Amino acid sequence: MFLIYCPHCEEHREEPEFHASGEAHLARPEDPEACTDEQWGEYLYFRKNPRGLHRELWVHSAGCRKFFNILRNTQTYQIHGSYKVGEWLDVEAHPEQEKDEVISS
Amino acid sequence: MKRYSGFQLVKHALHHQENWQRMWRNPQPKKHYDIIVVGGGGHGLATAYYLAKLHNKSNVAVIEKGWLGGGNTGRNTTIVRSNYLWDEAAHLYEHAMKLWEGLSQDINYNVMFSQRGVMNMGHTLQDMRDIQRRVNANRLNGIDGEVLDAKQCQEIVPIMNCGGSTRYPVLGASWQPRAGVARHDAVAWGYARAADALGVDIIQQCEVNDIIVEDGTATGVSTLQHGVIKADRIGCVTAGNSGVTAAMAGFKLPLESHPLQAFVSEPIKPILDTVVMSNAVHGYMSQSDKGDLVIGAGIDGYVGYGQRGSYPTIEHTAQAIMEMFPVVSRVHMNRQWGGIVDTAPDACPIISATPVENLFFNCAWGTGGFKATPGSGHVFADMLAKGKANKMAKPFSMFRFHDGALIDEHGAAGVAH
Repeated sequence: MFLIYCPHCEEHREEPEFHASGEAHLARPEDPEACTDEQWGEYLYFRKNPRGLHRELWVHSAGCRKFFNILRNTQTYQIHGSYKVGEWLDVEAHPEQEKDEVISS
Repeated sequence: MKRYSGFQLVKHALHHQENWQRMWRNPQPKKHYDIIVVGGGGHGLATAYYLAKLHNKSNVAVIEKGWLGGGNTGRNTTIVRSNYLWDEAAHLYEHAMKLWEGLSQDINYNVMFSQRGVMNMGHTLQDMRDIQRRVNANRLNGIDGEVLDAKQCQEIVPIMNCGGSTRYPVLGASWQPRAGVARHDAVAWGYARAADALGVDIIQQCEVNDIIVEDGTATGVSTLQHGVIKADRIGCVTAGNSGVTAAMAGFKLPLESHPLQAFVSEPIKPILDTVVMSNAVHGYMSQSDKGDLVIGAGIDGYVGYGQRGSYPTIEHTAQAIMEMFPVVSRVHMNRQWGGIVDTAPDACPIISATPVENLFFNCAWGTGGFKATPGSGHVFADMLAKGKANKMAKPFSMFRFHDGALIDEHGAAGVAH
């Protein structure tokens, strides 16, 4: 069971209150009409799916219902931190985590 | 390979069953193979077997980082059925079903395929409309299927609570009599033994850590234990790890890997002689020959490689099973485990060429790969032997996620995504 920190509620809550929404930081193409099928398909469906550090979007569906990001290790399930959409959590501050990200990318 | 038979059994009984031939060799890898299959699960071993048997390719290696069938092949709930909605998927799974029906004889290994029927429950009016539609589609494709009402469900499974007292009452089901279960370990071992007998090298405890790509063409794999092994063609059948193997070759797949869990109870007397699945309440159950109840859950919503599931999912599944089968409320659960399933956005597999020449992927079987094992191997062997997709594999190209020709099988996938 994950104990997840919601950066909006500023509280730790249990996993069933949340819903995982996949990879984070996927920028929607500014002009979808100008995309090729390949570019649009890549944006919609293709994912990093790493074994290791993963930046992912979660929603506090049974709480404040707001989206936020989590930096989590998909192998060990360790959560390194939560941060609001539009913000960034640095990995560089934790050298051992940086190593993880190199393996997974 | 010495064939198994009743006579052999009697003969070996005279020697306390101690002198059986080893099922497969443990060879040192050669420097070069015609074809390398990465991943020694059921699908990979079946691929190697059909390559050797149907395409005359014996210079083939299967490279497995752990032990045979130790991944999803040994972690599933062994259900085999073919009642998929769309023509493309239905043809593929029915192809597998027909191979299942003769598999034990074909590979001379008892895979204990038991056609005890599978029931996919409907709990709402919309469920029942979807079931009607799917069964009709199945029958048009020559796949057996019937729509049952609650009373008929009750007759087949007397222990099921079909009364009106439940939150999600049983209204009916789709019923495929030819579906059933098979013994998953035996499938991996049987294919391995039969492939080995035809000259395939099965290399266990050998982890691929890189795919060597030169000028856009895959030329071999680098392994942790045995260095570089060259090959003309490489087929990756790496299930939950497919995203990781694709990254080695430098491209992404339209996949997410999720934990999917199952649990088994203590062995009890026979109470269930079929398979009951419910997509709506997220639980499915059968009873193994040993007597333990085999129960499967929905997937965990997050990406994970931990081969274990989360407690909320266990609780959710236990609730569903309890509501449908109040009689099992005091049965103890013995073991719980997770497998990593690679799910595609349309719940259909990828059997495909890739952006890298001579590199092929067979993955994205998601929550329902076991049932397709023989068909998947058969079709993928054809692709590896000829270097192009045959008619059955063609719709399952990974590039369907560029052109939009998805095959939406979420309704028939049977497991909540």
